[in-house]
Amino acid sequence: MPQTHTPNFPGNDLGDQFRFWPKHNEKIYERLENKHAWLEEKRAAAQGDGEPATAQPPAEDPLENEMILNIGPQHPATHGVLRCVVKMDGETIEKSVLDIGYLHRGIEKLAEHKTYQEFMPYTDRMDYLSPYSNNVAWCLAVEKLADIEVPERAQWIRMIMSELARISSHCLWLGVGMMDAGAVSGFVWTFQEREEIYSIMDEVAGARFTVSHSRIGGVANDFSARAIEMIRDFVDTFPDRIAGWEGLLNKNRIWVERNKGVGRVTREEALELGLTGPNLRGSGVAYDVRRFEPYLKYDEVDFTIPVREAGDCLARYFLRLDEMKQSVRIIEQCLDRMTEGPIRSDDAKEAYPSKEEVYYSMEGMIHDFMYTDVGTVPPKGAHSYHAIESPKGELGFYLTSDGTGRPWRVRINAPSFTNLQAMEHMLEGEMVADTVVIIGSLDPVMGEADK
Amino acid sequence: MVWTALGAFLVINAMLLSASLLVFAERRVSAFIQNRPGPNRVGPLGLLQPFADVLKFVLKEDVQPAQSNKFIHSMAPVVMVVIAMTTAALIPFAEGVVVADLNVGVIMLLALTSISVYGVTLAGWSSNSKFSLLGGLRSAAQMVSYELSMGLAVISVVLIAGSLNFMEIVEHQNSGGALLGWNAVRNPIGCLIFIVTAFAETNRAPFDLPEAEEELVAGYHTEYSGMKFGMFFLAEYVNWFIASFFIVTLFFGGYLVPFEPQLIALFPALEGSTLLALLQFGSLMLKVGFFAFLFIWVRWTFPRFKYNQLMKVGWKYLLPISLANAILIALGVVLFGAVGL
Repeated sequence: MPQTHTPNFPGNDLGDQFRFWPKHNEKIYERLENKHAWLEEKRAAAQGDGEPATAQPPAEDPLENEMILNIGPQHPATHGVLRCVVKMDGETIEKSVLDIGYLHRGIEKLAEHKTYQEFMPYTDRMDYLSPYSNNVAWCLAVEKLADIEVPERAQWIRMIMSELARISSHCLWLGVGMMDAGAVSGFVWTFQEREEIYSIMDEVAGARFTVSHSRIGGVANDFSARAIEMIRDFVDTFPDRIAGWEGLLNKNRIWVERNKGVGRVTREEALELGLTGPNLRGSGVAYDVRRFEPYLKYDEVDFTIPVREAGDCLARYFLRLDEMKQSVRIIEQCLDRMTEGPIRSDDAKEAYPSKEEVYYSMEGMIHDFMYTDVGTVPPKGAHSYHAIESPKGELGFYLTSDGTGRPWRVRINAPSFTNLQAMEHMLEGEMVADTVVIIGSLDPVMGEADK
Repeated sequence: MVWTALGAFLVINAMLLSASLLVFAERRVSAFIQNRPGPNRVGPLGLLQPFADVLKFVLKEDVQPAQSNKFIHSMAPVVMVVIAMTTAALIPFAEGVVVADLNVGVIMLLALTSISVYGVTLAGWSSNSKFSLLGGLRSAAQMVSYELSMGLAVISVVLIAGSLNFMEIVEHQNSGGALLGWNAVRNPIGCLIFIVTAFAETNRAPFDLPEAEEELVAGYHTEYSGMKFGMFFLAEYVNWFIASFFIVTLFFGGYLVPFEPQLIALFPALEGSTLLALLQFGSLMLKVGFFAFLFIWVRWTFPRFKYNQLMKVGWKYLLPISLANAILIALGVVLFGAVGL
């Protein structure tokens, strides 16, 4: 007789305190049921002429119109492992609860066991659509902490590459946005531009995707002549591509109808929910770190901050397209104004020595060894917060030093995480088909949100 | 009787083969739209790719969800394929070449397309999955709302031809000389409405809400695998191939060769010959090929409608327009008939 086999998951027999998942799941559904209960109580109290507020009995639902649907974490359109639990009436979403953390890798804790330079590749894997911005954000935070001067040419290089990363990230957002709305080919079209940016990254940094090109105190290596030529080519052709996409989408009735008025966030709500980056600017708040606290050389170039008032998905679409155009402008100016000079700090306590020094001099080799082993040592008790305008919004690192080569504590202010706060609010009252459009237009990257 | 059976056998096999060709065409054309080569490894030009796909379907495990209604779950794909194949019997391929020459062909077509909604709805319901259920419900709502406009567009054609027989509808389009006799010229609004509703009836983009990949994973066939999924796939392709046939038959002169009366006047020997039948078949396939291409073209370019927008388009725009069009055509038929045209 065949034995009935019950699967024995790890943790099944260890008593209740280790069974994280069932508890967690129950809590999610409980939160979904109880959501807005206080609001309904208040309404009932307001109607009941000051009588003591009592919880409204659950509304009768004899036809079983309501359904709880799990969208994600494994779902074609959730951009990674985002889980939305929604309660629907027909196709309309009544309540929604977000469950994040499926991609949590403990990056902040990992940083405590790495030297500042060693942590760089981890930042690539946070917002993996624009690794260069994360590199720059990390470097700037460490440089602020340890008070390191960065040569001018390195700053221009960082700026150019960050803006390319912004274009790359926005390209992916546009392609995925089109695909979410049903136009599958758009995804492939925008990936052609991303491919060009990948090639540039390859030429500059030697890696296509996770570049890790920035270094504490500068950048890894200078632009080659070919790299500059490639960037110039890209900058020259890219505006035409944007015009092509605008021609396809701006007056496309289906695209406009799918985006207009969907996922609306007013200016006040956007500020209260803590939106950042293009999502905040789409709601009419002209906040951009590049303008308000200029880092690198952003105070020396001429660019505008696009702002839209509507606060819906369509506004965010137009805004991101405008941002790409501004990025092109910034790159052009950077290329024109770039000066010759060193690309990394010359102090062996602040940055790696150049490869020639390492290979052909004894001191250089010792410095290289010491920097790999100990790294930059900021003063004890120093702490710094530095934020940049990453493609997703304000990306900041808060660092505390204990006087060793490793950070005592790292805290990451990830824009995707803060943007996801608005998600539940945006989903409620919309339709199921809008979920994917809203997720796309918020543009979260789970690697960054879950850290 | 024997000839009918033989004809049916031929048509079904031709449909299966052309479905595989369509799969290949769709993958190649979508690849060209997306600037990539597409399948080009299996066989010459990759022509054998669909057969490799089918082989994969057959070899795959057929997963039956534990909580599903087993009988209906298995029946739904069969319903889809059978209905799709049955519709093919009504197509006139050339003068006098048709499997079932019914005098109520149009009504038969409408009836069959109405049944095909059952396949989708039952598949969605019997899978016992929420995504499937949503897909099935969307499909039911969509097909019911678009069937009305489709019926009215067909009625406007029937009014002009004065017959429910497809062969007679085609022959009637031969009257106005070269291309002017086509119903697309005589009844352009009806033609547009029929094409739009044909997209909706076959669940093709931009009306592919029942299987919206980004929202509902795969819609009504989320829980299907192996050859059962293959049957849905087959039914979908056969469906829009046949939809293109009916677009051509009803509005673009069916099997008629352009300038056919003039051609026959030039070469009287052509009248009733096999060569003419072959020419007619060729002209039909060319026209159908264009519309099949249109289906692919639209699918890989446009975004998808939202559920409420779909309903709005169906009920608030298409239905009143098709109603007005039917009345307009009826008046036209009476007036022109009175003048003796």
